[in-house]
Amino acid sequence: MKHSSIKVRKTISTTLIYLILIIISIIWLIPVLWVVLTSFRQEPGAFTSNFIPEHWTLDNYRKLWTNTVYPFKDWFINTFWVACASCAISTFLTLSVAYVLSRLRFTFRKTYMNIALILGMFPGFMSMIAVYFILKAVGLTQNLWALVIQYSASAGLGFYIAKGFFDTIPRSLDEAAKIDGATNAQIFYHIIMPNSGPIVVYTALMAFIGPWNDFIFANVVMGDNYNKWTVAIGLYQMIQKNNIYNNFTQFNAGCVCIGVPIMILFFILQRFYVEGITGGAVKG
Amino acid sequence: MQNNTKKAKVPLTFKDKEAGSYFIMGFANFVNHQIGKGLLFLGIEIGYIIFMALKGVSLIQGLYTLGTKKEGWVTVPGEALPILQKGDNSMLFLIYGVAAVVITGLFILMYFINLSSARKLVSDRLEGKRPNSFKQDIKSLADERFHGTMLTLPVLGILFFTVLPIIFMILIAFTNYDSKHQVPGNLFHWVGLTNFANMLGANKILSGTFFHVLGWTFVWAFFATFSNYFLGIIVALMINKKEIRFKGMWRSILVTTIAIPQFISLLVMQNMFNLYGPINEFLVSLGFERVDFLTNNATNARIVVLLVNLWVGIPYTMLITSGILMNIPNELYESAKIDGASAVQIFFKITMPYVLFVTTPYLITQFIGNLNNFNVIFLLTGGAPTTTEYYQAGKTDLLVTWLYKLTVNNYEYNLASTIGIFCFIISATISLLTYHQSASYKSEGDFQ
Repeated sequence: MKHSSIKVRKTISTTLIYLILIIISIIWLIPVLWVVLTSFRQEPGAFTSNFIPEHWTLDNYRKLWTNTVYPFKDWFINTFWVACASCAISTFLTLSVAYVLSRLRFTFRKTYMNIALILGMFPGFMSMIAVYFILKAVGLTQNLWALVIQYSASAGLGFYIAKGFFDTIPRSLDEAAKIDGATNAQIFYHIIMPNSGPIVVYTALMAFIGPWNDFIFANVVMGDNYNKWTVAIGLYQMIQKNNIYNNFTQFNAGCVCIGVPIMILFFILQRFYVEGITGGAVKG
Repeated sequence: MQNNTKKAKVPLTFKDKEAGSYFIMGFANFVNHQIGKGLLFLGIEIGYIIFMALKGVSLIQGLYTLGTKKEGWVTVPGEALPILQKGDNSMLFLIYGVAAVVITGLFILMYFINLSSARKLVSDRLEGKRPNSFKQDIKSLADERFHGTMLTLPVLGILFFTVLPIIFMILIAFTNYDSKHQVPGNLFHWVGLTNFANMLGANKILSGTFFHVLGWTFVWAFFATFSNYFLGIIVALMINKKEIRFKGMWRSILVTTIAIPQFISLLVMQNMFNLYGPINEFLVSLGFERVDFLTNNATNARIVVLLVNLWVGIPYTMLITSGILMNIPNELYESAKIDGASAVQIFFKITMPYVLFVTTPYLITQFIGNLNNFNVIFLLTGGAPTTTEYYQAGKTDLLVTWLYKLTVNNYEYNLASTIGIFCFIISATISLLTYHQSASYKSEGDFQ
């Protein structure tokens, strides 16, 4: 008798959880679905009273990629280039800093880690204007290299998660290699890196997504040179008050073009993301 | 570890032949036949002296005056008409002055490295060891001094693109660099603590805005952090429950939001909550009135940013806590069940303490991240609704978005820098107080 009442209660709670999860899923998916549907909508304008488009079309995508007023194609190429370059440079820098701090012992080590912690607490764009003037002094404003330099320059500060991960790789591996006469450089390239798949992928993923998502710094550096804009600035401008009626459906098509590749990349690499975060941040 | 085994430092006295290094950098290296290294040190010294003589001194002077000549028409004796005098640029005086000070700092550092290299040569000589050759020095960069090799580039990057700008912006807070003192054409000057005084009370409108925005910043950070945290854990617990199937699918649906760039999802949200957006259309079709979510009513707007922040943030907490929850030893739960603990008791006595212990550092970073959460506010409301009570800020503006507006729209660089310093003080205090107490900081050294 008692046994069956527990069973009933369990079924009820399970059903309830399924119900909650379904509601949550709907809430989480509706905005995404709305963007996708709107990108295929023929009627212009920002808002319609119906969720599903009355007339379907691929025109928004065609217009978006051939647009000369809003050169989305150029923005896309710019963003892709900046993201790839910063990803390559800052992944290497972050991992080397993390390795050095995790494995080697030197006088400056603890100081470096404390300084990094403090620098990380300054609001990033408090110094944005100063960076802008420095870039201007060397003639790099409105130039894509400026973005690459800025995104990679702070790579030495974001070592915490990767360091946490390296800390978990047994030191006996290094010691064995040392006995065989390996230098610290060889240990880094031939032992630590090949054993750190998840964290390499995690760091690279974050270093790639960072530039894709950056709006504010790119906005300040690029100013009105719209050929050098990144998609973040471009899409933001497309739906400012004066333009929103004509551009809204194209804006959504742009969102799909930007969001879908990142989503696919993310889902393929999700395993590494989770392993990276839990391996690095949690094993404190 | 190394500190314990370190030998006592050999003093470098004037009896040693290496003592010349006190005056001529690299002297000790020359007398010990380390020509390459000696030339390097000497070159640095000569370079620095030439730099100071030609430029450095006037640059540092400029840092003191910040320029004296205004741009404008001046009458020059001998000329019939006034001529346009090119003015000083206080901004460049400040940047170059700071750069000169940093270069001096680097030089002093090199000077001490030079002395310690001399000291090493003395102790090598006393022990009868041959000094390292240049080739050996280069080789050691791949091994004993690998840290030097790997850290040089990142440290330079941090120095020029993080430290230098921060110094620079801190200094701006002590000047009157606002919309009335724009360069070129006008100069700005040191004003001491005036900006801080204005912000804290001397200027009623400004300080009123500051304290209101500060208050909302804290309220926002508190609710944004903890609502995401607890709801994220609850979602993770539900998905992790044994009876629930398709775990991967539920997680993937939530993770979709992490994968979408924030500037897209937040701009889309802004449109969804628009007065004529789909949510309002839906309300109208159900027979309700339109609600102005974002632009008119402060309470509405504040609630909406917190809700949207849940949409953005819960997946992160869910991902991280899922991993932690799987690590909790099952025996704990089983013995609790045998003792007759209820689900609620188990949650508060086992799950929460465990998760809280592991995630304290994450919670601190989240809190500070939310204090400075630019994206959610700027892309969603842009600080709206605006109000005349505030100086250039809206009801949902955080200190950081206010700072941004003051900089980009109003050119009030001095006020923006002052706010930046306050942001820093707040974040630093909170994290130093909490992080240094946490287990993960204290045990960092033990882990190896």
